[in-house]
Amino acid sequence: MNPAPVPFLEVDQVSKRFPGVKALSEVSLQVGVGESIAVIGENGAGKSTLMKILAGIQQPDRGTIRIDGKPVEVRSVTDAQRLGIALIHQELNLCDNLSVGANIYLGREPRKFGWIDQAAVNANSRKYLQQVGLDIDPRKPLAELSIGQQQLVEIAKALSCNARLLIMDEPTSSLSAREVERLFGVIQSLRADGVSIVYISHRLSEVHRVCDRVVALRDGQNSGGLSREEISHDNMVRLMVGRELDQFYAHQSQTPGEVVLQAKSLRTHAHPGHEISFQLKAGEIVGLAGLVGAGRTELFETLFGVHPPIGGTVEVAGKPVSIRSPRDAIRHEVFLVPEDRKAQGLVLPMDVGQNTSLPGLHRLSFLSWIDHGKEQRLIDEMIERMHVKTPNSRQIIQYLSGGNQQKVVIAKWLAMHPKVLLLDEPTRGIDVGAKHEIYELMEELARHGVAILFVSSEMEEILGMADRVLVMHEGALAGELTRDQLSEESVMNLATGQKLTAV
Amino acid sequence: MLKNIVLFLLIFAIFGVTAANAPTFASGYNLDIMARWTGLYGIMAIGAAFVIIAGGIDLSMGSMVALVGVQFGILINDQNMDPYLAMVIVLVGAMLIGLGYGLLITKLKLQPFVVTLCGLLVLRSLARFLAQDNKISNFVRPEGGTDIAYLTNWHVPYLGIPLPLVMLAVIAIVSSLVLNKTTFGRYLKALGNNEQAARFSGINTDWITISAYMICALMAGISAILFAIDLNSVGPNEAGTFYELYAIAAAVLGGCSLRGGTGSILGVVLGTAILRELYQAIETLEFSELEGTVIGVVILVGVIADEIIRRVVDARRRKREANASSEIAASG
Repeated sequence: MNPAPVPFLEVDQVSKRFPGVKALSEVSLQVGVGESIAVIGENGAGKSTLMKILAGIQQPDRGTIRIDGKPVEVRSVTDAQRLGIALIHQELNLCDNLSVGANIYLGREPRKFGWIDQAAVNANSRKYLQQVGLDIDPRKPLAELSIGQQQLVEIAKALSCNARLLIMDEPTSSLSAREVERLFGVIQSLRADGVSIVYISHRLSEVHRVCDRVVALRDGQNSGGLSREEISHDNMVRLMVGRELDQFYAHQSQTPGEVVLQAKSLRTHAHPGHEISFQLKAGEIVGLAGLVGAGRTELFETLFGVHPPIGGTVEVAGKPVSIRSPRDAIRHEVFLVPEDRKAQGLVLPMDVGQNTSLPGLHRLSFLSWIDHGKEQRLIDEMIERMHVKTPNSRQIIQYLSGGNQQKVVIAKWLAMHPKVLLLDEPTRGIDVGAKHEIYELMEELARHGVAILFVSSEMEEILGMADRVLVMHEGALAGELTRDQLSEESVMNLATGQKLTAV
Repeated sequence: MLKNIVLFLLIFAIFGVTAANAPTFASGYNLDIMARWTGLYGIMAIGAAFVIIAGGIDLSMGSMVALVGVQFGILINDQNMDPYLAMVIVLVGAMLIGLGYGLLITKLKLQPFVVTLCGLLVLRSLARFLAQDNKISNFVRPEGGTDIAYLTNWHVPYLGIPLPLVMLAVIAIVSSLVLNKTTFGRYLKALGNNEQAARFSGINTDWITISAYMICALMAGISAILFAIDLNSVGPNEAGTFYELYAIAAAVLGGCSLRGGTGSILGVVLGTAILRELYQAIETLEFSELEGTVIGVVILVGVIADEIIRRVVDARRRKREANASSEIAASG
């Protein structure tokens, strides 16, 4: 790799502020021609904001972006495209109902006499598909492709716009091991063609394989960089977290109490072919690990009654219960903090107070008549206990930051005295401070005998917070790890379907 | 609140302008018609508002008016039924139809638009079938029999307010309390905004949705009876045509969002009053061909103004919050 004298892309002291958060503060970075760098950082560190700025989705408040040494303004996605920057989102932006070729040329269809020139679409598409190693007919409907192939189509689409820089946001999160290998091969050949790569991933081992250099962000600022030789797991974690892990995750195991939740041969609607059995004791914090699509969220939704189980039994505090709706689950004091807090956890146009009191409102009312005094007292108590930063309880919740929104989602359930708390990605998209508070709250609840089961895609969180870890793979429970068996490797082995090696 | 004040002022403005051009507009007779019909339409619009706040829609209200009216007339004329008993029966029938809609929408997950569109067709044709396409008339009998004409033509002594307007006021106050002071109202708004989040909070969203459709059907039924009594005649073909659209329009003008979750009962009442007043003004000024144009444009302007105001308020709030939070950040 010979970095060109003038880097392809230079980001110089870029800052961006959102209501309630300083997302980026004087962040700088450079990418050479054909170079591959990793941008790492925890959720909320500013990675996605930086990428959105580069892709023209958001505009910086301050700072300069230079391409080939010349300052440029990236005001829109079209601008970014013209400058050769393409963002491959974590969630693919393709239309299932159209053909592969139509997707590649969506919005830029070559035309002949005003009609779409289908021959040109197919011929050109084929060329770009081959470049990413896909030997498929461009006329094939996109829906028939696997997720990994669809991702390559997305890359082909970027290449068809003459992209010189590909930003890949968690590109492997839903790929199989073989598809990952293929993607890495494509990345190598693109680099040989002079395409630069910005690679964002939580999987630090991938960073080690794909990238020449690492740029770390923390709390919206540059927190350091690593050269090829310096890239190691410990160095990366140190830059991301900024302190030693054992300080950040102040986890102390409790002596677990009685079994409060027991699943026996539970079959979920998403993976009816697998039976899941496990138990959860009072005061335990148990992690649920696995790759995206392994069935973790589906298991939670079954336990919470969103999708009733296909088979098997659930016992709460030793008694078999039938949970066929969230109301049933709530009646048995099994609560869920859902993965998508905006869609499932909150009523965004309502205020902080009304969201907080929503699940327990019937307890604050007499013959359906709400006791507003009682309600307000509960709300005030919860806002204070959860340290929700809000001007007052009348604030519309969509204007709060992610961390404060998440605190309200948790506050909803705290007021109801949980027996079992299911947390699905509890710290996704929130800043480090709020994250820490949520960890402390989990600890506190466990001390008071609440059984906590949490899903996380962040390895550090799983390793740092769990008493033991259940690992899922393709809808089945692949294994269980006790605290002394826990390591990134042992979790990943189970999550990717390998047997647990001797510890 | 600001919106309601504007609507209120608008009522006076329209009145002033029309009365200045056509003095008969301010006559007691004219005012009485407007007041009475605002009452009748308003009850229906409140029903529509419940469904709209729950994030749904009921396109069948007009057909419901025809069916309930026809049944009511037939029960009195052909079955010689006591009118009060007839009322109870047709209202229960209407609520059962609402229950049916609710079950189809919640349990089979059909789209409200489709379900109530079918209702619009079915109920109308049932009305025609029951009445054999004939007008049903003279079921209000001031001479002999039970006189129910007072339900629309009685007036509050001295004040001269017609009973339907009083009924509207009572229904509006009760609805407003239900919407703002009870768990039902809170749940209704929550599920109108975000059904999933409401369900994940343990709210029985199916039951709340079904209730909204039943309330809507009940309100349509009440106004159907009052329309029938007021005219002493129900034509299965004409009765209630397009009334669902007037009801929806009034609700929207009064601040309900068809996306669900928001709406004030006072706004709906004021919205109805404006629509009735406009209608009457157009009749008085004798250019009824343009009625649709005027009403359509007024609603459109109202909705545009609403959107603009919302954006301005939103932008201001964002700015204020950005400042406030940077202060929090600075001090914390």
